[in-house]
Amino acid sequence: MDEDTPLLDELEKGPWPSYVKEIKRMAKKNKAAKDLLGIQELSYKDRVTHWKHGGIVGVTGYGSGVIGRYCDVPEKFPDAAAFHTMRVNHPAGWFYSTKSLRKLCDIWEQYGSGMTNMHGSTGDAILLGTTTDNLQPCFDSLTEAGFDLGGSGSALRTIAGCVGQARCEWSNFDTLKLVHDLTMEFQDEIHRPRWPYKFKIKASGCPNDCVAAIARADFTIIGTWRDTLRIDQNAVRNYVDNGFDIKTLVVDKCPSEALEWDEKNKELKLQADDCVRCMHCINKMTKAIRPGVEGGATILIGGKAPIIKGAYLSWVLVPFMKIEPPYDEIKDLLRKIWDWWDENGRTRERLAELIERIGLKNFLKEMGIPPVPQMVYKPRANPYVYF
Amino acid sequence: MNRTDIGPPDYRDMLPDAIKMNYGKWKYHENVRAGVLKHVSETGDEVYTVRVGSPRLVSIDFIRDICDIADKYCDGHLRFTSRSNIEFITDNKSNVNGIIEEAAKLGLPAGGTGNGISNIIHTQGWIHCHSAATDASGLVKAIMDEMYEYFTSMKLPAYVRIAVACCINMCGAVHCSDLAVVGIHRRPPKVDNEKVLAQCEIPTTIQSCPTGAIRRNPDPNIKSVVVREDLCMYCANCFTVCPAMPLADAEGDGVAIYVGGKVSNARKPPMFSRMVVPFLPNTPPRWTEVVDVLKKIVEIYAGSAKKYERMGEWIERIGWEKFFRLTEIPFTDQHIDDFTHAVETYRTTTQFKW
Repeated sequence: MDEDTPLLDELEKGPWPSYVKEIKRMAKKNKAAKDLLGIQELSYKDRVTHWKHGGIVGVTGYGSGVIGRYCDVPEKFPDAAAFHTMRVNHPAGWFYSTKSLRKLCDIWEQYGSGMTNMHGSTGDAILLGTTTDNLQPCFDSLTEAGFDLGGSGSALRTIAGCVGQARCEWSNFDTLKLVHDLTMEFQDEIHRPRWPYKFKIKASGCPNDCVAAIARADFTIIGTWRDTLRIDQNAVRNYVDNGFDIKTLVVDKCPSEALEWDEKNKELKLQADDCVRCMHCINKMTKAIRPGVEGGATILIGGKAPIIKGAYLSWVLVPFMKIEPPYDEIKDLLRKIWDWWDENGRTRERLAELIERIGLKNFLKEMGIPPVPQMVYKPRANPYVYF
Repeated sequence: MNRTDIGPPDYRDMLPDAIKMNYGKWKYHENVRAGVLKHVSETGDEVYTVRVGSPRLVSIDFIRDICDIADKYCDGHLRFTSRSNIEFITDNKSNVNGIIEEAAKLGLPAGGTGNGISNIIHTQGWIHCHSAATDASGLVKAIMDEMYEYFTSMKLPAYVRIAVACCINMCGAVHCSDLAVVGIHRRPPKVDNEKVLAQCEIPTTIQSCPTGAIRRNPDPNIKSVVVREDLCMYCANCFTVCPAMPLADAEGDGVAIYVGGKVSNARKPPMFSRMVVPFLPNTPPRWTEVVDVLKKIVEIYAGSAKKYERMGEWIERIGWEKFFRLTEIPFTDQHIDDFTHAVETYRTTTQFKW
């Protein structure tokens, strides 16, 4: 009765689309998917994972892109005994033609379990579960169809960015173009791990940060503007005339008190020097307020999850940079950071942990970046200073 | 001869015509209804986006199904969002209802825009990960079933981002989400001396521990390590570098709940999520205890927050003392930080609430 999955069946109930339904769909025609279902049911019964640690597998010439995975009860589930992941580098912005997606499906029908993650947290299209023998032919078919693998291990991970100028009026630079350009430039760093640990780059077009770059990237690029907000006073009056409570919902919520609603003259006044470009007024009055025209980005560094020394949000490194092809300034800075991290980092030490150990002050010196007040919330309170 | 390092497909080959023609020219957008966005270009062109939920872990037949919708209505193009929703983009307003209906036939709800709860970003869990302390896909399904009405509407004070990580490696922005569920272990690793000898590099294993709990085995004849259990806080970093130190355990493993994080710079700066429930056991298949706590927090937030106030901003305003009172979550010694930078969280003012 290996098809009996009483616990998982519970997850077919309820209004949200069910992944169990998806595995069952594949299980009807794919043996590996059928065993995957069995393994998941067993985990639900035992309340532990049934996947073993690691396993070195890959495709010729790469050290990245394939995650080796073996089941710890292979005798029960021979068709998913080896069940490796292939990370497929997604097109920037996660746009696809159906033609290319169907091609991806056909390849995965031939070589894998037919199960996928669209997408993984890093951004890749994840092909979930294949055998060691199928890795190379699957990879060959993928590249034939125009798809390459993404990063894994102690390498540059697949770069991700928000939808940007493709469909957003707030993007202060072309995130898709930058992501694609950096991805092509750093193919070697993505596919051949040679660093102390992983390194992530993410790009958001504005301070709303839709791809959570500040929390998830060692190198964070967040669009901003150098000049002032563009305010269309007629459009503002339209909002107010239609009953929008501009005082409570916008002016009072401005974090730096840079806005004032002049009731008499029906005008939204901006103290431009006080504006911290947080996006709130723009978010709430999409037709009336826009970012400035002098677009670029703030570069921040060091964002990461807890392991090993605790979680960090990225720190401001370059308050403003123009982001234009050929992106030499960013590329030079990245190479400089990597060389320094390579030279000084310990095994599994993320960039932020190394900077904390050695000091931001010393890091700036190594990078040749002069200190500016935008880098800190406040200067130090202690007198223990190295001169 | 196979090809390598060709890189991903060029995004320019993947864009629908309406997007290509208005690239970089967008002027403003409107939230038409939950799950529908309208973008207007400087050129006067309009495009409509229908956003629908997805279980993320999907079959190739599912992908073919959504391709059918895109072929019929969207010129053969679609995109995914960073939260694993699917977006159908069309320049023809009259296509919108058709897309919504066909997606509904597949069981995919329109929503996830504006002041609601978008799809949950999550990790692999028991479906595919060796270090998972809990499942992710099933936990997410259980949570979203309960949050469904907030996905298909925009009635919350602000949007609420939920994230699930199946261990503290946190392959996603869990640590800065309005609501986060994190898989945790509570038992030290079990050292298999023979396997350590065969599979692990001892200095790397010792160095991997953030609290210095791992030492060489004092017996020089045993080429292995010992764990000082009083120092171990179950991060599993040693297991990642040394497979001979597993710590998964049906009774010891479970989840913690974190709240109040954000990444957007709008109004307040980005903030970390903070732990409110140190541990709940894994109770597959529905994780009822976890879902109940999350639902309760969302409902209290919805009733108490001001318009446009994110969960973290709301908590900062009312104070953590009131948060714990309102949610009836007990405050324990585990809520007081004792790791790196812990002192930054200790209160240094007489300003507090009862």
